[in-house]
Amino acid sequence: MTSALVPLPVMLPLFGAGLALALWKHSRAQRLITVAVLALMLAVGVGLVVAADSGPVVVDVGGWAAPVGIVLVADRLSALMVTVSSLVLLCVFLYSLGQGIADGDDEAPVAIYHPTYLVLAAGVSNAFLTGDLFNLYVGFEILLAASYVLLTLGGTGSRIRAGTIYVVVSLVSSALFLVALAMIYAATGTVNLAQLAERLPEIDGTTRLVLEILLMLAFGIKAAIFPLSAWLPDSYPTAPAPVTAVFAGLLTKVGIYAIIRTQTLLFPDDRLDDVLLVAALLTMLVGILGAVAQDDIKRLLSFTLVSHIGYMVLGIALSSQTGLTATVFYVVHHITVQTTLFLVVGLMERIGGTTSLARLGGLAKIAPLLAILFFVPAMNLAGIPPLSGFLGKVGLLQGAVQLGTPLGYLLVGGGLVTSLLTLYAIVKAWNKAFWQTPPQEIRPQRLPSGMVGATLALVVFGLSLTVAAGPLFDYAGRAAETLRARTPYTAAVLGPDGRGEGTSNDVVPDGGTVLPDVPDDGTPSPTPAESSTEVTG
Amino acid sequence: MIDMTPSLALVVVIGVLVASGVYLLLERSLSRVLLGVLMLGNGVNLLFMVASGRAGKAPIIGSAEPSEMSDPLPQAMVLTAIVIALGMVGFVMSMAYRSWQLNGHDEVQDDLEDRRVARKAAANAPAYEDADSADSGETLDEDAAATRDETIHDDEEHTVPAAPSDTAARPGTPEGGDA
Repeated sequence: MTSALVPLPVMLPLFGAGLALALWKHSRAQRLITVAVLALMLAVGVGLVVAADSGPVVVDVGGWAAPVGIVLVADRLSALMVTVSSLVLLCVFLYSLGQGIADGDDEAPVAIYHPTYLVLAAGVSNAFLTGDLFNLYVGFEILLAASYVLLTLGGTGSRIRAGTIYVVVSLVSSALFLVALAMIYAATGTVNLAQLAERLPEIDGTTRLVLEILLMLAFGIKAAIFPLSAWLPDSYPTAPAPVTAVFAGLLTKVGIYAIIRTQTLLFPDDRLDDVLLVAALLTMLVGILGAVAQDDIKRLLSFTLVSHIGYMVLGIALSSQTGLTATVFYVVHHITVQTTLFLVVGLMERIGGTTSLARLGGLAKIAPLLAILFFVPAMNLAGIPPLSGFLGKVGLLQGAVQLGTPLGYLLVGGGLVTSLLTLYAIVKAWNKAFWQTPPQEIRPQRLPSGMVGATLALVVFGLSLTVAAGPLFDYAGRAAETLRARTPYTAAVLGPDGRGEGTSNDVVPDGGTVLPDVPDDGTPSPTPAESSTEVTG
Repeated sequence: MIDMTPSLALVVVIGVLVASGVYLLLERSLSRVLLGVLMLGNGVNLLFMVASGRAGKAPIIGSAEPSEMSDPLPQAMVLTAIVIALGMVGFVMSMAYRSWQLNGHDEVQDDLEDRRVARKAAANAPAYEDADSADSGETLDEDAAATRDETIHDDEEHTVPAAPSDTAARPGTPEGGDA
């Protein structure tokens, strides 16, 4: 019964996108469809979070049995990510409705915004739910294609410039991902994650290391980990505020999710951990030093985004129960807070007419509510004690201390310095934008209540993460347990006999040997023709 | 056991395609980047052909013995990759065209804000000799003008483009790092 829920977060937005595109002349109908679809996604996500708590929910798409067909798997981590991303997508969409971006006053093509946004939602959900590496690639491409369009909405000069860099970098990372896929298939004969988890330990260790590095490179570009992060602060800030917000919240986290999934399920032998730890340290420090130097608040936030990706990488690289639990918690926290901050900056831009900190000023007097809306998530991002950012960071640093190595303590120091510098950067922004005497006269605009309402909702959700931190940490802990145990995932996908619940063995003509009954008979490893995945064209 | 020895011709072609693809990707003109993406993509697609093992007959049940069939799955994956690449290439082409419409060329420009931050840092640090700027004798402004800087179109900086005199810059802000 609950398995019927699993494909919905992918199917609903895709159908919605088609419908919204067909109704391009009726903007009210488009809005209604988009809001309804996103709200349904959220409801389905909550259902999945509950259902996945008693074991991963698996669907064999099209009735094709597991290693042959594509599977969608909702374990605790996937379900949590789908839920949080649906909530963020919904709030950001309501915000953009309030802004009237879809009404054409932001040079945005009216008809294309809604369908593209839904396609983005479908791509994100697909990436979170898929149990198949090639399908993960397809999910990435779906969300990337949508993000290209959203980033260059209106086609102004600066957006084309930023979009060019973003698109080219993404294309390179996709090419790397494809190379990794081809090599993984050549080495193991499958791209099904559960089957890969069984087969990868059987292949040559060096080959496995190469495959792991290739995947990490591809995902590292998407997640903006330090040496591969330069594209992000360059391309995000020019997009419309809601688009930047949703990109900042979700797209890098899809990369982080992919790293968590592959590191726990496919490569549990932790050979890259030290490299990842160093990358995490550099990401944190270089990112935050970049943020300190910025004058444009959108760029400042983009740099803090890069910097805080470092915390998540740290948690993954610890590969301990504590580290992984804190990472899952931190991802949820960071999606919410980073999105909220970009939405608030959109409001500041609307009031002050600019995002340059040198030119903004006195906003606390002009718009006290806006000041509160900025202050709460800003302090949350910096990790001021009672808030969820603090709790997540404490968990991560605890994990680093437990590691006990000099590198672990170095990372504790790096994490603390980063947290302090985040506070410095964000307080600098606060002082300049909200407290200093305005360098130029600011004529206050009335803020549309829709935009304020959506932002307020996300701020409140961010606070509720603090209030509900106990249960959420428990859930994250159980998610981390499932991830580290691996067998719940593989058992749920492959079943006791090595096949999912599909019916594809019936297709084999009488006694045909086209599809072997059980994949692991004798020496299963490098036999490409044996079994793998059906691919959607 | 399936014969997984790759064909030498395929490997060489993949190497050439990927190498030229990477070379073209590093160019500034978007049309060359596009060609680079295409070559790189085709190289990767051929890699899938290597991944599928030795060539065989069409994998249709009844038309050949299963043992003689080639592996259909990498072909299905490549097909997906080709379709996706088609869409992406279309998008990059439209971006290149738009860039040409707006600027008269399709070269990827530098990040403005980056240059502003760098300029500010240079203005704030006149205390020591900067070997780079001292040698070239050029100001950051001249560098910026030479590297397709959009800043010159910005309303606040009309005065900077090619004027060699530092004094023509905005009042109050010491320009250039070679004080």
